[in-house]
Amino acid sequence: MEIKFTDENLKKLEVSKSHYPTSAAALMDALWLAQDQYGWLSVDVMKYVGKILDVPYEQVLGVVEFYTMYNNKPVGKYHLQVCTNISCMLCGGYDIMDYISDKLDIGVGETTPDGKFTLSEAECLGSCGTAPMLQLNNYYEENLTKEKIDNLIDKLSKT
Amino acid sequence: MSFEPIILREISDLHNIEVYMKNGGYKGLKKALGMTPAGIIDEVKKSGLRGRGGACFPTGMKWSFMPQKSEKPKYLCCNGDESEPASFKDREIFEKNPHQFIEGTLIACYAMGIKTAYVYIRGEYYRWIELLQKALDDAYKKKLVGKNIMGSKFSTDIFIHRGAGAYICGEETALLNSLEGKRGMPRFKPPFPANYGLWGCPTTINNIETLANIPPIIEKGGEWFSKIGEPKHPGSLMYGLSGHINKPGIYELPSGTLLTDLINKYGGGVTGNKPIKMIIPGGSSMPPLKGDEIEGLKMDNENLKSVNSYIGTAGIVVMNEDTDVVKIIKRITKFYYHESCGQCTPCREGCGWMLKILERIDNGKGRKEDIELLNNIANNIEGNTICAFGEAAAWPVKWAIKKFMPDFERKVNESIVLPVANKVHSLRVTYQQ
Repeated sequence: MEIKFTDENLKKLEVSKSHYPTSAAALMDALWLAQDQYGWLSVDVMKYVGKILDVPYEQVLGVVEFYTMYNNKPVGKYHLQVCTNISCMLCGGYDIMDYISDKLDIGVGETTPDGKFTLSEAECLGSCGTAPMLQLNNYYEENLTKEKIDNLIDKLSKT
Repeated sequence: MSFEPIILREISDLHNIEVYMKNGGYKGLKKALGMTPAGIIDEVKKSGLRGRGGACFPTGMKWSFMPQKSEKPKYLCCNGDESEPASFKDREIFEKNPHQFIEGTLIACYAMGIKTAYVYIRGEYYRWIELLQKALDDAYKKKLVGKNIMGSKFSTDIFIHRGAGAYICGEETALLNSLEGKRGMPRFKPPFPANYGLWGCPTTINNIETLANIPPIIEKGGEWFSKIGEPKHPGSLMYGLSGHINKPGIYELPSGTLLTDLINKYGGGVTGNKPIKMIIPGGSSMPPLKGDEIEGLKMDNENLKSVNSYIGTAGIVVMNEDTDVVKIIKRITKFYYHESCGQCTPCREGCGWMLKILERIDNGKGRKEDIELLNNIANNIEGNTICAFGEAAAWPVKWAIKKFMPDFERKVNESIVLPVANKVHSLRVTYQQ
């Protein structure tokens, strides 16, 4: 399969590049676009991004490895990232994570065999006033209870 | 005198540009455009406004460090990385009053002669990036941002830069590297960003809340602002309450509000009405307080120094008597171990070492010399790193040992039976004589 940005993403990348005096500064935006398009960042995708921005592959790899939100391995369709930092921990963040782990029968950092769900432990997501919470792909699910988790996973399993 | 919030004003739909303008929005900018840049900086100096990102550096003074004449372009970076555990205030601004922040950014750009501002927002805040982008688009349409703002000669662009999940990018020089498309590793200072910042050009970095305070200062004058709250740290603070508290959330109140008032009057008291064991006053990196230290304690940077702590980002975590201090400190240290950028040896190795020891103590395998060793490692991280991350990682450990020694000693001295049914992470621990 040839790795190539869609026309829409190429346009978005041009807009992003116009914001900065160097094309390297658009690297983070480009990686976001690539991750949206491919789901994760493989070596080939990183090389492609490096090539179109004129950034060495080593720098791209360094950036991908440095920032936790870039996936350097495949993740499920729904990525559940449960916050377990202090405020969430005090409000039962670990109970929520363990509950999801039991419910989906996967460990932390694992993906269900059907490729639908990935469970991760996350550091503080800046949602301490609505703890416990998790991040589902791009959006937050807050003030979690076990019932809410049941409903959420039921809903997502059907789609 | 009742206090009226400066940023989280009680007006519904204030995020809407029409509503914001109807309620006096962008008047501060209009007034600023009629002033001289030096006049604006003087007004901000007079207000006594201090940075809200944690370091409490006087904003007016920071602005005056920017060279007035520069051959290179100048930049403003608005720091919305907000990764300090227990702080969640900037997202309230993006959500409820984004235009006041945009207006403040424009005034700052005018005062320092800046043509490009970047808003660095943490990658997880996808929804709030969308909200701010919408607000920016509206402002562009009304010619409040972009070329010839309000028909003047002043032009400035504001762009959002999305991070990707790295705590350290909240450190100002790491943020600059991240903006340049590199790994977010802090730089040596000097050279300071005001001389050598983004792409080697003069750069100022301000917190989102700091900039949101600017429009009312310009409109009502620095003197008005300097009279709110504590004189040495004036203005309002956006206190974030979380943990064992009945009504968690963000409360904008004058600086120097009593901590007990914050907890009982605004936060609705401690969950289950239990006594307080520990309080973190300003985000996880600030030295924790004991429950008996909070009576009569005012929440601002100067007053917190009397109990050896700082205001930080004003993210307050309340913990009741059931809390296991060692587990909390272990979790905080795990965070710093995960987030250390790895540039300086004391921090990279020290955080991992401290975590190992804390895990050992928590699992009932602690050794007698461990507490002293922990203290020693923390002291060897503090002050020996490029950025303040070292202090952030060392302080919670060091001060928790100092203030909660019996908790650590008990874990080291007594044999602990871990209830098999409980997961290792559960907060419940059974002690056996």
